[in-house]
Parts: sequence; structure tokens; C-alpha cells
Amino acid sequence: MIKGTEIIVKALKEEGVKTLFAYPGGQAVDIFDALYGETEIDIVLPRHEQALIHAADGYARSTGKTGVCLVTSGPGATNLVTGIATANYDSVPLVCITGQVPLGLMGNDAFQEVDIVGITNSICKYAVTVRTREELPRILKEAFYIARTGRPGPVLVDIPKDIQQALGGEEYPTEVNIRGYKPNESVHMGQIKKAVGMLKRAKKPLFLIGGGVNISGANAQMKRLAERSGVPVITTIMGKGAIPTSHELYMGNIGIHGSYAANHAVAECDLLFSIGTRFNDRITGKIEEFAKNAKIVHIDIDSASISKNIVVDIPIVADAKLAIEKLLENLPEMDVAGWTAQVKTWKEKYPITMKQQDRLTPECIVKYINEHFKRPIITTDVGQNQLWTTQYIELEGNRQFLTSGGLGTMGYGFPAAIGAKLGNPDSPVIAISGDGGMQMNIQELATAVSLELPLILIVLNNGYLGNVRQWQELFYGKRYSSTCLRYRRSCERKCQSGDAAVCPPYIPDFVKLAESYSAYGIRISKPEELDQAFAYAKEHEKAPTIIECVIDPAANVFPMVPTGNTLNDMIME
Amino acid sequence: MNTEVKKRYISLYVENRIGVLAKISGLLAGKSYNMDTLTVGETEDPTVSRMTIGLTIDDITFEQVKKQLNRCVVVIKVMDFSDIPIHKKELLFIKVSGCGEKDKAEIFRIAQAFGLEVIDYDKKRVLVQCVKTESANNDMIHLFNKTFPSRIETVRGGSVAIEAISTREQ
Repeated sequence: MIKGTEIIVKALKEEGVKTLFAYPGGQAVDIFDALYGETEIDIVLPRHEQALIHAADGYARSTGKTGVCLVTSGPGATNLVTGIATANYDSVPLVCITGQVPLGLMGNDAFQEVDIVGITNSICKYAVTVRTREELPRILKEAFYIARTGRPGPVLVDIPKDIQQALGGEEYPTEVNIRGYKPNESVHMGQIKKAVGMLKRAKKPLFLIGGGVNISGANAQMKRLAERSGVPVITTIMGKGAIPTSHELYMGNIGIHGSYAANHAVAECDLLFSIGTRFNDRITGKIEEFAKNAKIVHIDIDSASISKNIVVDIPIVADAKLAIEKLLENLPEMDVAGWTAQVKTWKEKYPITMKQQDRLTPECIVKYINEHFKRPIITTDVGQNQLWTTQYIELEGNRQFLTSGGLGTMGYGFPAAIGAKLGNPDSPVIAISGDGGMQMNIQELATAVSLELPLILIVLNNGYLGNVRQWQELFYGKRYSSTCLRYRRSCERKCQSGDAAVCPPYIPDFVKLAESYSAYGIRISKPEELDQAFAYAKEHEKAPTIIECVIDPAANVFPMVPTGNTLNDMIME
Repeated sequence: MNTEVKKRYISLYVENRIGVLAKISGLLAGKSYNMDTLTVGETEDPTVSRMTIGLTIDDITFEQVKKQLNRCVVVIKVMDFSDIPIHKKELLFIKVSGCGEKDKAEIFRIAQAFGLEVIDYDKKRVLVQCVKTESANNDMIHLFNKTFPSRIETVRGGSVAIEAISTREQ
């Protein structure tokens, strides 16, 4: 007979967990006690539970393994909520263990008691409270299985303190049988043949690739499919890297900040062959006009993602890798060179680029990274920093670009980089954030310093919550309501200035802030300073370096499709 | 696919556990699907509950509802009763107050004519039980309301439905 906490530790080992993101508290202290002196599992202590789960998420996305979180009840658990929703939207496998008050106190409004299963039910793949010591090992086994199979996602296991302490069996199950959960492991050949028939007949086919290809690790297969068919490829933000971005068949990102070539190709194509995307509103633009000349094939592991937003002609419920392999086996001879050349012409004629300036631009920063790093892992925060990075970053494959695509969670990028570095100690890891999002989890400088992680933290500082500022400039009559981060109470109420020369100084001073954490910081504002800044960052092999890039507050993300417009009705600059 | 709304029933086998009803009703509410009725009860297997959900809904949304329910871990099986013969019934109690002898006689006549059951009464009140389809029960409420205005109290249980064996009668 062993304690509940001991079977939890055993489960972690059996599941191959090497890194545990954990923050202690009253209802989790027994589990931490069981982990005391543990050598097989690296126990990481972030400084806030929200950052903790983003770090686990970054670890999972960059390694393909399941990220594991351990926190206490009440506020420990509720601080996970945003991270659970973030992982759920982007299909990231996580197992979140939360301590809970003893069974007998549940429902009594006990100290640090919340119904975390009730709170998270609608934002995770599965959430469950363990109610007997006997079912604890089975539930843990199921949690890991559910998190990583099918369309991956976060699973929450809530464990009352008395169950942690209770004695019970030592066995950790080896097999799973959940009557309500049977992930699809095959592909319907009849549907594949119909899809192949459509490919064969199409004059202007287009592959639209979402995050599903990266998640299933089907990148090599996808590249073969593109090359053998000669069909141009466009991606969503989550799908970027599905084939190398330098590939001649890669035509850019679709969406409201997508490329001219990609958005026009969608409007012009006669077959939109989509794999692993859910046709989110940010990629479709005006839904009635979306790909209106095209038949649509849609492959997705999640049947509920098919025909949810747009009605498709050929639905195929399958894992992307398996489906692409079957497509390759049945691929017809195709000749779409004329059409592909047409899309390529658009790409060359209308590249995404920013106005050239003497000062630093996001474009030159990201291009500097492209030129000076070999297969780095890039994380972004959310907002303009994310959109610019997505537009300019070059990727070779999957697990290389981590961004909160679905939920759009500010504060994600920096902690995700911590998780990514822990999972990939030999890869350079660069977080690109804005000055707003960086401050949402700035306390993680302590985590990164204590873990001796040489992260490069790029802060694009425009003194604004820039993406909202851009909307206010373009669509709200330059009424910059609550978006200026230089604002002081003594400022004029309806200020439109944004002029760093006359406005109050920016707070915080990121360089001094970094130094106060025993990290490093450097502030630059000219392109020729990039060499020096990155050289400075590379000097620090055991601590993070903030490179604060002071950029034009008025820099906007273009092209842009205003809300409600058809996808190819774009503002180019 | 048709965008016209119509009444539909689905039956679910779900895990018989704390929180499952909240999960299912929360899922439907969170996706803005409006349920007309939901009933739930333990089955012949005590680890399994069965739900009957009635919705007034169009084809496309209904397909989504089924997919969303199907991917729930606690849902064991989803059965669509749209195009198969089923039996469906709902329990309705109607209590009539302030009855004189003539009223009572009328209630007993109505009960006989419509196959209702008088299950309790005293000097002034009569309690009637109706086990009919949802729409037939609507008719009964309408009839009693018209006949005994402001004197009735009703409570109904929501429909339960099961696949028919050899009849098509509902």
C-alpha cells in the first residue's frame, strides 16, 4: 500500500515526465513532499501559476511531449485558467494536477476551495475530480492518454487532499479503455479517393494548411505532397512551417494580416484543399465570399471542426499525417504549373514589407534573426509583435514557432520561451514580445535567472498597446483610449501625440529592471546596433538578456483586411 | 442542408457521475444552442445515465450539436432520433383548485375523454396525471386553462424518448 501522493509521483515517472512545472500551496504540499529530493524529474518553480502553465505549454509545443503542471487549490487553480484556454484553442497536450480541499470539505466554501472542474469544463478537453483513492491511478493514466491522443488538449485532474494522503494500491495501469473516448485512428478511403478525384479535376488547386500538420508531425509528408502535386501551399499562423517557408511552393500566410498572394489565391482557386485548420474568423474574412469559386476538401482530426464555420464538399476525419500518406499513395498525375506560376507572380509582385526607416523596424529585427540563427525556436506574445513576426520569420519545420494563435493570450511569449528552452537546451530560444505583453509576466525574469537560461528576450517597445492603437488610428478616429503606456495622470485627456520626445518617460526601464533580476539588458533604436545587441546577448550563457528595441509608435501591421471585408479586399499600406 | 428549424430529439448515454449534467447543459449553453427539454436518469447499468434532449434547431446547427456531444469524454453514445420511429412521452401533472361538484364532474369527463388519470382529490381540488407527447400535453394545459381559468397549477417533466420496436405510433 502506498499513499496517493506516491502513486502520483509514480504516474509521472511511468509517463516519462522529465520536467514538472509546479507551484506549491496548502492543498498540494503533500505532493511536493513526495517529490522532495526527486532526481528523475526536474521540478521547475515559476513565479506565477499563469506563467507556469504557459511555460508547460511552450515545453509541450516545442518538444511534442505532454506538458505537466502541478498547483494548489483555489487561486493556484484559477491562475491556470487562461493558460488552459490558451492550450485548448491551440491543441496543446497538457496534464494539470490541482490540489483540492478534502472531500468532506468540498462544497463548504472552505479556505482556498473553488470548483475548478466546473470553472474549466468548457475550456479544456477533459476535467475530473478524483473521488476515491482506488480510481486515482486509472484517472491519471487516462488523463495523459486523453491529453496526447486525437486532437490534443489540456486535461485537468483535481485531487482532494485526503485522497493524496490515503493509502491504496501500487499498480499504475498499462492500458486505457475509456468507453466515451475513442480517438479516430483510421482514414476513410472512399473520402480520400473522392478528394483525389477533385485534385485531378482541379485547374487551380490550393493547399491551405493549419496547425494540424505541425501537431501531427506530418511536415515531411506535406512537403512531398506539395512537391509531387506542384500545388501551391498557404498556411494559417498555426500552420506556418508546415513546409519550409523558403520552399518555392510556399506562398505565405492567409488571413486578415496575410499576404496578398495567399489571400488572392484563396479567392481565385477552384479547389481549396485544407488540412488541420478550423477556418477561424481571422482567416476567412467575410464568410459568404470566402473561397467562393472553390470546392472545399477539409481534413481534420476533430469532426466538430469540419463544416463548423464553412460548409465543405469533402469532409475527411483523420490525423493529418495518416491522411497525407494515403493521399500520396493515390496521387494522380497533375499539371498546374500555370496556376502555380500565377500565384508566385503575385508573391513576387506584392511581397510583405515595411516602410524603410533609418530607425529599427520589426521587419529588420526579424530578418536579422533569420540571417543569424540556425533553426531557432521563436515564441511571440500577442499583438503587432506576433503579426510582424509571423509575416517575416523564416521557418524550416514544426515545433519552432510558438504563438498563442487561437486565444490570443498576452503574456504568453516569455514564459513559453522558458518552457521551450528547458525542453530544448541546445536550441537558441528567442521570445519576441511587445512592451505591453512583456509586462504581463515580467516576474518570470526571476525564473529564467534562477534556471540559468540564456534566453534572448526581444521587446518591441513602441510605448503603446500597438495592435489596438492601430485599430484606433484606422477605424476609431485616432481616439487612443487606454492604449498609451507612457500615460501619466497629468497628461492631457485626449492626447494624440505619442511623441516620445515630449511624453513622460517610459516605465519600466527594461534594462534596469533586467539588472535588478541579475539578468542583462540593452536598449537599441538603430538597425546598425543589432550586431552589438545580439553579441551582448550571446555573451551571457547562463542568464537571459532583454534586447529592448525602441520602434516607431506609429508603425502598423500591413497588409490588413478590415473586419467584414472579403479576404482579398486588403489595405496594403 | 436545410436552415429551417424543426423539433428534434437526441438520446445520450453518459457517465453517471457528479458534474456530468452540468457538463452537458454547460456545453449546449456555451455554444448558444437552446434546449427545449432535458431529462436524465440512471439506466439498467448504474454507472450509466441516459438523457433525452429536445431542441428546436436547424440541420447545420444540429450536426454541430451532435459532434460536440460526441467528442465529450463523458458521453458514451449519441443517438439521433430525427429520422427513426420512436416513442416519446412526457409526464404532466395538472392540479385544479376551487372545484365545485360540477367542476369535478367536468374534470372526470375530460379525463375519460382524453385518457388522463385522476390520481388524487379532496373536497375542492383534483390532481390529474397526463402521460402524453409534449405537444399533446400543451393541448391539455390549454384545455384546462380555458375551462378553469386562474385555478390550475401545472408541472411537467420533459420528454423521454426511446426507439420504437415495431410501431410508428408516438
